[in-house]
Amino acid sequence: MEVTVFIICSVIVLSGALGVLIARNPVHAALFLVETLFGIAVLFIMLDATFLAAVQVVVYAGAIVILFLFVIMLLGVDKAEDLGIEPISGQRPLTIIIGTSILGLVLTTLLISVNGPTGTLAPAPEPTTNTKNLGETLFTDHLFAVELTALLLTVAVVGAVSLARRIKGPLQPLPIVEAVSDEEIEVQETKDVE
Amino acid sequence: MEVTTTWYLVLAAALFTTGTVGVLIRRNPLVLFMCVELMLNAVTLTFVAFGSALGGLSGQMAVFFALVVAAAEVVIGLAIIVAIARRHPTTAIDDFSTLRG
Repeated sequence: MEVTVFIICSVIVLSGALGVLIARNPVHAALFLVETLFGIAVLFIMLDATFLAAVQVVVYAGAIVILFLFVIMLLGVDKAEDLGIEPISGQRPLTIIIGTSILGLVLTTLLISVNGPTGTLAPAPEPTTNTKNLGETLFTDHLFAVELTALLLTVAVVGAVSLARRIKGPLQPLPIVEAVSDEEIEVQETKDVE
Repeated sequence: MEVTTTWYLVLAAALFTTGTVGVLIRRNPLVLFMCVELMLNAVTLTFVAFGSALGGLSGQMAVFFALVVAAAEVVIGLAIIVAIARRHPTTAIDDFSTLRG
């Protein structure tokens, strides 16, 4: 039973990840991302991390992906991307080599550490009271980190608002990039296509 | 047959590699961000798997904070993309090399 659920979830997670990788349209990529996130939420439940599974669905699938979709729609960049373009020649073969080596590296590290020192952690709590235990640990042992997190979120919100703010009125114009004109960019892009 | 921690770690490694390859080959900045999310999720899966293997809540605690940092990172990143995309309507990552808006 457990093996079946794990295999189904793995297929869902990896197919979603591959979908993000090869989807031409950013909207489809965002939907494939949701698929992956749901698969990981089910895996969290299998690992007795029920609260994190709920947070995964609410925060990731609910908030972050919606934010992605909002930006895609706002910018109107939901056009299909031509995946045939290779900006740097030899990029794809190099990526395959780099990807394989990273996979080997990560796998080796993780599999070595499985049999590594087990350490001593807090006694295993009851799975049924996962949320209660998390909350207690969060607001006792990790209180300072929680406060820092609050600060981080505030800074992020203020930064996002000031970055995305549209400057109104005759304020001084932003410096214009004078490096290349649009025609030169187009000439470059046609060269890249060739 | 039983699902061990190793299975989760292999899945997380595959997911992380997929994200890395995506960051290396895609040109749309939004899709790049989604691939970064894939990598972050692979790492959180590793944290939870190790935490479950060792017992205790430390792994889940780490994931909790990673989640918050990921949310903040996405907000800032998307704000930067919106600010730059106002000037360069063709949002390909090559246009972002100066980061001057």
